[in-house]
Amino acid sequence: MSPTVRLQEMIRVIRSARTQGEERGVIQKECATIRAQFRQADNGGRSHNLAKLLYVHMLGYPAHFGQMECVRLIASPRYNEKRVGYLGAMMLLDENQDASLLITNSIKNDLSHSSPYVQSLALCTLACMGSSEMCRDLAPEIDRLLRNSSSYIKKKATLCAVHMVRKVPELGELFTPAARSLLAEKNHGVLHGAVILITELCERNTQTLVQFREVVPELVHIMRGLVTSGYSPEHTVAGISDPFLQVATNTDSSKTAGSAVLYETVLTVMDIKSESGLRVLAVNILGRFLLNNDRNIRYISMTSLQKIVITDHNAVQRHRGTIVDCLKDQDASLSLALVSSINIRSMMKELLLFLSTCPPELKSHAASGIFNAAESIALCSAGGDVRDETVPNLIQLITSASQLHCYTVHKLYRALVGDISQ
Amino acid sequence: MRFMLLFSRQGKLRLQKWYTATSERDKKKMVRELMQVVLARKPKMCSFLEWRDLKIVYKRYASLYFCCAVEEQDNELITLEVIHRFVELLDKYFGSVCELDIIFNFEKAYFILDEFLMGGEIQDTSKKSVLKAIEQADLLQEEDESPRSVLEEMGLA
Repeated sequence: MSPTVRLQEMIRVIRSARTQGEERGVIQKECATIRAQFRQADNGGRSHNLAKLLYVHMLGYPAHFGQMECVRLIASPRYNEKRVGYLGAMMLLDENQDASLLITNSIKNDLSHSSPYVQSLALCTLACMGSSEMCRDLAPEIDRLLRNSSSYIKKKATLCAVHMVRKVPELGELFTPAARSLLAEKNHGVLHGAVILITELCERNTQTLVQFREVVPELVHIMRGLVTSGYSPEHTVAGISDPFLQVATNTDSSKTAGSAVLYETVLTVMDIKSESGLRVLAVNILGRFLLNNDRNIRYISMTSLQKIVITDHNAVQRHRGTIVDCLKDQDASLSLALVSSINIRSMMKELLLFLSTCPPELKSHAASGIFNAAESIALCSAGGDVRDETVPNLIQLITSASQLHCYTVHKLYRALVGDISQ
Repeated sequence: MRFMLLFSRQGKLRLQKWYTATSERDKKKMVRELMQVVLARKPKMCSFLEWRDLKIVYKRYASLYFCCAVEEQDNELITLEVIHRFVELLDKYFGSVCELDIIFNFEKAYFILDEFLMGGEIQDTSKKSVLKAIEQADLLQEEDESPRSVLEEMGLA
């Protein structure tokens, strides 16, 4: 019987167990067999035994005795054994295990293997679980691959470099020159990785940032090329060319991919110190998002607006109406939070109306939102009046909702304490 | 991306890929907690939620939940696209993929994921290119596993 069938057969047997106890019994038996087979010499079924163990591990059972087998399989010359060995390493070994250091040498050899698929296994594993020592050890290898290999390997080496820089920031200096030249690549995969690498480098080192500022025109050129160039079916997602690489200017937001790009633009605009015109544009895009049918888009627009309202108060004000409309949405707790940060005074009436009509589980959220808002306004001079108007109304509504009583008493007490000290 | 989980409606884990070093105990705890949170969500709720210090992006495809944890500064919408792209890859590879395919061929699902994402980032934005690489790797695997030649069987080679 072919070894793969044996693996699938085991899975079938485990799944047919009717109770947790039965399952445990089956698995214990299997593990005992696997352990025994690991101790034997090469019997041709090593990779499948490890695969069985990995399945069992995913179900939550202990599998640490497979760690050394992973090390052995990775060192095997056969691709099928290496493949499972590396997978096992990624699942069972992490940098905290001693055995992980043992594979460093195998990885080093495999990085220069004649087959790109073997190189790829090594790169992937290193990027997934490489410890700081492993990264320091193997960084020169990666740098070599960044400069001199096929685009298939380059894109992987780039992401591996990203992992290394995240683990050991000092390695950033080593990779900076190579990163610069990667921008000249045509392959989208490589470009994508290069952009991420450069971002990481710049985040950790302000000097690098200055260096890469010169590169900005080049990046813009690439982006423009993406937007205007012909249709590339491989990279297109719902008619938007290569959204993953783009941070574009003018995109159709009727599809999620387009929105993702626009959202990224908004984030970029907010992050860099852009001029006010650009920021208003960004806020308007978010405002448009609020009208979108897709709930997910409305959510991210509201979370973003929450952050922005602190700095760009006026721009967000314009969208007050839409935000209030969002209160009617089922998942309204977020818009309530947002509403309380904007100028509440004018919205008090609408909020009270909402409080009386909204479903019971939202009442406490709404009440707390309004209290928070009232408290924050109480700090400014005319706040007292606002509180006086709203409190009787609130009390009326709250007496009709018994669950809120306890909560309300707490809140009122706090409010009174604050009042007395004013 | 910090990690990706695939689990069924009954809370059975079908795939877990961790991109940061985490202890076994912590992993189990996080998986259990997150599964509870996501499974409790109603169908009308949006695909994003905040959990601990991470943003969770999840989407349900038939009986499987695909769940990714990303960091504060990551773009949730593009993560949704990443999930969708992964599903498309699985679908193309298995031909109309279903949960059973992923259960019985879990190692293949991992191989595909590892060809698509590395260190939590996308390797290649072209579907075709990823699928072709998997195909080639599979061929290489088959070569190594292939039955011995007739001569070998007879002990003549």
